[in-house]
Formats: sequence, C-alpha cells, structure tokens
Amino acid sequence: MADVVLSRELARQFTDGETRVAVEAGTMRALVRELDAKFPGIGAALGDGMAVAIDGQIFQDYFLEEVGPNSEVCFLPAIEGG
Amino acid sequence: MSGNANGYKWIGTRTIRPDGVDKVTGRAAFGADFALPGMLVGKILRSPHAHARILSIDSSKAEALPGVKAIVTSADFPEIPPSEAIKGSSPPNYRHLSQNLMAREKVLYDGHAVAAVAATSAAVASEALSLISVEYEVLPHVTDVLEAMKPDAPVLHDDLFTGGVEPKPDKPSNVAKRVEFAIGDIDAGFADADVVVERDYSTEGIHQGYIETHAVVANMGEDGQATIWCSSQGHFMVRQYTAGLLNMNIGDIKVTPAEIGGGFGGKTTVYLEPVALLLSRKSGHAIKMVMTRDEVFRATGPTSGSAMTIKIGAKKDGKITAAEADLKFFAGAFPGAPVHLGCMCGFTPYDIENVKAVGFDVVTNRPKAISYRAPGAPIAAFAIESAIDELAGKLNIEPLALREMNAAREGTRTAYGPTLGVVGFEETLEAAKTHPHFSEPLGPDQGRGIASGYWFNVGGESSASVSVNEDGSVTVTSGAPDIGGSRASLCIMAAEVFGIDIGEVRAVIGDTNATAFNRHTGGSRVTFALGMVVVNAAEDCIVQLRTAAAKIWDIDVEAVVWEEGEARPAGDNAGKFEPLSLGDLAAKTPMTGGPISSEKSSNVQGPGPAFGTHICDVEVDRETGHVKILRYTAIQDAGRAIHPGYVEGQMQGGVAQGIGWALNEEYIYGDDGRLQNPGFLDYRIPVASDLPMIDTVIVEVPNPTHPYGVRGVGEIPIIPPMAAVANAIEDAVGMRLTDLPMSPPKVLEALENGG
Repeated sequence: MADVVLSRELARQFTDGETRVAVEAGTMRALVRELDAKFPGIGAALGDGMAVAIDGQIFQDYFLEEVGPNSEVCFLPAIEGG
Repeated sequence: MSGNANGYKWIGTRTIRPDGVDKVTGRAAFGADFALPGMLVGKILRSPHAHARILSIDSSKAEALPGVKAIVTSADFPEIPPSEAIKGSSPPNYRHLSQNLMAREKVLYDGHAVAAVAATSAAVASEALSLISVEYEVLPHVTDVLEAMKPDAPVLHDDLFTGGVEPKPDKPSNVAKRVEFAIGDIDAGFADADVVVERDYSTEGIHQGYIETHAVVANMGEDGQATIWCSSQGHFMVRQYTAGLLNMNIGDIKVTPAEIGGGFGGKTTVYLEPVALLLSRKSGHAIKMVMTRDEVFRATGPTSGSAMTIKIGAKKDGKITAAEADLKFFAGAFPGAPVHLGCMCGFTPYDIENVKAVGFDVVTNRPKAISYRAPGAPIAAFAIESAIDELAGKLNIEPLALREMNAAREGTRTAYGPTLGVVGFEETLEAAKTHPHFSEPLGPDQGRGIASGYWFNVGGESSASVSVNEDGSVTVTSGAPDIGGSRASLCIMAAEVFGIDIGEVRAVIGDTNATAFNRHTGGSRVTFALGMVVVNAAEDCIVQLRTAAAKIWDIDVEAVVWEEGEARPAGDNAGKFEPLSLGDLAAKTPMTGGPISSEKSSNVQGPGPAFGTHICDVEVDRETGHVKILRYTAIQDAGRAIHPGYVEGQMQGGVAQGIGWALNEEYIYGDDGRLQNPGFLDYRIPVASDLPMIDTVIVEVPNPTHPYGVRGVGEIPIIPPMAAVANAIEDAVGMRLTDLPMSPPKVLEALENGG
C-alpha cells in the first residue's frame, strides 16, 4: 500500500483531518482515482496546479508515473522557477 | 581517452563559449536588433495613477495626427471571462494576463498600460500618446503588504475572495490565498525548546534588473499567419500566451528567439508581443516596440516584497525542536506571489521534527510580480537564515556548526511533505568549514556571516534534435533560449556521447516551427532536462551509426561498437575492418539508408534539488553606514558541473544580485502611489567596484536521475546572500538588521540608535 501524504489544508477539506492515507495503486492515475472514490472531490483538487513527490522525487506532471507497493506519495503545489 | 579527472573527455571542461565571439564583437542579435521593411513604431500610454477607474478614453485627436496608423485599447482585445481564465495544463491565468496587458475598467498601478499607438516614427508615436485623453476617477491605493491586508484597505478586485480559509469569505479582499505547510506538533516542539528566537523581518520589492529591455517585432500577414521576433525566456511561451490572449490558433504564430540580454525569471511572461501583433493586424504593417527603462521598472514584474515573522526553538545542545514562519508576500496587481515556494524552501536545509509555515498571497497597487531566480526562496531565506544565526548566538554555538548539527540529508522529511533523496547540503557545509576564507582573521568593524539555501530545480517538457551533417559534424537544435550557457553544455554532452571533438558540435536554438514544444528556460532546468533529451537523441544516432557500419561491413549490428568517435568491430570474431569515423559514415549515408538524425521529446522528471552555503565578510563604516563586501565565497552542489566556468558564472551572478538585494535595491513609492526611482540612477544595482572577486566552490554530489549527474545551478546562488550579508553585519557591529535593503541610511540609523 502506498503511503499518501496530504497537506493539512487538503486533509481539512476532504479527509476529516487525516494527513496520511494508505492506498493500493500501481500508478498515480489509479491512486488519484482510489483517493477520489474514498474522499469525493479530492481528485479534482489534486489536478491542476499540483505536483507530486514519489519517494522524494518530484514529478510536475504525474498521472502516468508508477507507484511502488511501499512508495511514499506526497502532493504539493506545482513549482515554477525563474 | 578521458580528458579530465572525472573520467570524461568533455564533461567538466571549460570549452570556449559558442556565443562568446558574437557577443563581445556586438554581432549578436537581441530583441531590438530586428527590422522589417515598412515597419512602424509602437508605443504604450501608461497610467499615472496607482489605482483609478477609467471613465473614458478619447483617441480621436491622436488618430487624426499624420503618421498614426493604428491605436488599440483593451476594447480591441478579446475579453477573457473567468470560466476561460485557465487554458491548458501549466498555464498562467489568462484573464489576469489580459488585464495586465491592457487595463480594462480600472488601472491598478502606476505604469499600467491603457492604450497603444503605431506610427511612422517614435516622435509621432510619442506625440500621439500625448493626444490621447483618458478620464480617470482616482481611487484610494495601497502598496504596502500589511496595509493591503487590513479590513479597511482599498480593494483592488471585487471578485477576489481569499482561498485556503474556512469558512469561505463572503467579502472580497486583497488576500488572494492562504497556504500552510506543517509537520509534527509545533506547540510541543516549542514547549520542548530551551531557547527560542522570534523576530519580524521585511523585504522590499525589487526588479530582476536585466540589462536588455523588452523588445519585439511583430508582423501579422494578410493570410492571418503571424511572425514574432523577440527576446524572452521561452519563445514557445510567447507563442502560447499570445495565441491565448488573442484567441488565435497556436499554429498560426511563429516566434523566432533573439539572443537574450538577461531574464532571471522576468521574461517568463508577455507584455508587448500581443499588443504589437494587434497593432500590426490593425495597421497592416510590421510593428516594432522597445520598452524604455522607465517602462521596465513601472510595468514589468518585480519580485515580491514581504513582511515575515520567524520563530525557532532549540535545546541547549543545539538541536532545533520547532520552527515557524509567517510569510506575507505581495503579488502586485494580480494574485500569484511565490509565497508557497518560500514556505516550502525556507526550513528545508534543516532536519526539524516540528515545522509550520503559513503564507499569504496579497495583491497591492504595484506591477504584477513575476519570477526572480528561485522565486520566493531568497525572501524566506533572508529571514530564516538570519534567525538561525541569531539562535546560534543565543546558544553560543558557532553558526556553521549549528547548521551541521541540524543539517538535512538523504531521508530527511521536509515541511512540505516529501523526504529528501540524494542531496549534498552537508557537503557544502564541510566545504565551507575547510575553506581558507572561513578561518581568515577579521579586523575592527569587520564581520563574517554564513547562510544556506535550498531550491527544488525543475525539469519539464523538452524537445531537441541531433543531426549528423554530411561532413560528420553535428548540429543540436533545441527550443529553449540560452540564457546561462545551455548551448555550451548541450554541445559538451553531445560531444561526450559521440566521442568527437567539441569543435565538431554546434548547438542552435530553433524557432517554434523548428522543434517540438519546449517549456521556457527557467527553474534551472535546461542543462538538466534538455541535456537528457540531447543525450537520448545522440545515443539514438550512435545506434544508427553502428547500423550503418554493420551494413558497410555486412555484419550484424551487435558486432559493431562505438568507441572514441568511431565504429569498430566488437572483437576479432566480428571480422577485421578498419574503423569508420563519424565523417566516414556521414559520407556514406546515401548507401546506408539515409541521413543520421534523431529527434526526441520528453517530459523530463527527476530534477535533483540542490543546496548552497555562502560565506560573506563585510566592513561597516560607522560614520556613513556604508557596508563594504570584503570577501565572498559561494559553495554549491551542482551535481555535476558540465561546464564549470558557466556554473561559476551563475554562482557569481546570483551572489552579485543578492548583494544588491541586501544592500541597495528597492522600489520606492511616493504617497501618491507613483514609483519614484524607475531607472538605474536611482535604483541602485551593484557595479563592479561594489564587489570583490566572488570565490566559488563547486561541490559535486551527482543527481542519480541524470546520465551525468546534473542538478540545476542557476537559482540557488541568489538564495543565501541577503542573510549572509545581514549575519556579517551583525558579526561586525552587533546589530541585527531585519529590513531590506540594508542601505547606508538604515545602517546609520541603526548605529545611531544602538541597533
């Protein structure tokens, strides 16, 4: 099960304050789908303007990325540089 | 075959810069250097008010002036409704972008564009601007971030409601959003601390200070095909934004990049291009527009200013137990301050169990803020690294040692969520500690400051082609403007893969029709991301070259190896054949299946985040308040320096800009909300005589995701300098300065007041 880490803001809105959620998924697309099934509406919030860190590696566009069985998945704002 | 100690032939060497001769001889063509037959001059009328309602615009007298060919106002631009503000996957807010390009119902800052004129000469265009009559209803304004957050502040946007708060507000305000990043239990962390420091800090809005002003030539053909020549950080970005703002098909616009005279994040948006194209469509002529320096200061993106509160607690032994930041950044006239990035980066150099960082994105009557090297991170680092220094003083622990005790490393959980992978922060601290600068004696009124910084770096969509020419030379064509040496680094990586002389490789930046899409140059991404694409394309060419040799020798391709720039039989069993060089194979392509080339596109991920640590020595003149930078050493993890000279140049440039940010640079607004210092005479950036030779130390902890270990290098160097200077001043005269810039009047006042 992937260990999904959510910000407190997202947790407040969608997971009743729970910032860590275990999800069974092989890809980010499936992971977001699973999350949205458990916490309706969170899928849209994890779309535009969000990036993800899978095991510490940041992916700005992440839907096709693979998720390992013990991966840590953190959602964070997309990063723009100068 | 290796040319240097790292085992590579070209990686890590200081090859001659491919754009150098053109630039030092004045042949390089920048944005303002293009011209077309029959071209008109475009100029913009700008608001003299910080905040006003536009009651009417009468351009009839200007239109009647001989030589005036077209006038446009916001009425000529498509109005973008809120529902269409976001287009695509990583866009700007087109509604705000359009309103910033040309004011609609209201002007929101001194310098906001109101109308544009195309005329046969600059003199006629200027006279026409003076004949346009704009009737304003002047409104109360606010340029200060804390004032803008007050309940009774003048509200810039009636449709702006604070995001990220519960319950959702029912009244509009200037606070666009609240963000929060936290781990652990902040209250428990402070309860566990033996020592706590807490202090307020502020920074002023400052400009990126690029030397080349914005410039464009645009031509709308009668068939609706548009061509734009301009200097920017991304010609694909210019094409995409212009199409979005004018409701055009992207394929109907070609953008050709010019050389760029500095950007630093400030040229990651459009100001002139859509206006010039609209004037061209209306007048039937090509249009040239070149901003004055006054316009650049008044109307193009500075970075945010801020008001911040930092609180850090630690045990007596130096272990930091809790850290809290409250960051308020102003965004200028439209939302989008990089406050979330400041929140995310600020405490990342440290392994702290309990962290809370809260940020506010606040609109004010100033030009819309835009990226500036590592947007947001330098602002937060000024406050946080100053607080770390103060904490070290209270704990009586040497500041670098305190950083070592709490340093982030692989496996450290960051406040913004993820745990760090392979990073090199501790290595930068070690390099600082062992550098001769760190132990050099200091004299009276002299002090030494240490500061560190973190930046994510980014990758993104990148496309490039690699072609073997008929004589065996190689051309690399990519689509991200070269600001900091990417042509040199791409040549080096291609030469390394091919195993040929660097002089045989040429890198060019193609127009928007020459390559597939490229994200703009920014986020320290190009050498990392485009480098990976070029390496992939070059490796693909090697496969094709081996295949060609196999055909010539009539053996299996697996029996051909590519070594030292030539195809060779893999071993005695493969047969006895004379090696075939790149030139040999290039000459035989008609008989081996055609030209050797490869085009690759990828959304490159896995940029290696990086850290830097700086040492700064200053001397404070107690009579004048002048702070002299005596010595400066910048240490940075570059992953792998493809061209060390360019990496050092990035480090030195970032430090120079950071010293300007620390000591002199600031936007000064009068009570009327008008910018008082829109020029380099009154907005003081550092000149050569202000700076010592900036020493650099490149630390190399390779990024595991890149074939050569590259991490981005362009943004880290501007993060630590402001705190390094402030900490050095404190060390010199025992005063903690908390408000940037630490200009002579402020230093003198602090000295006179005893700190």
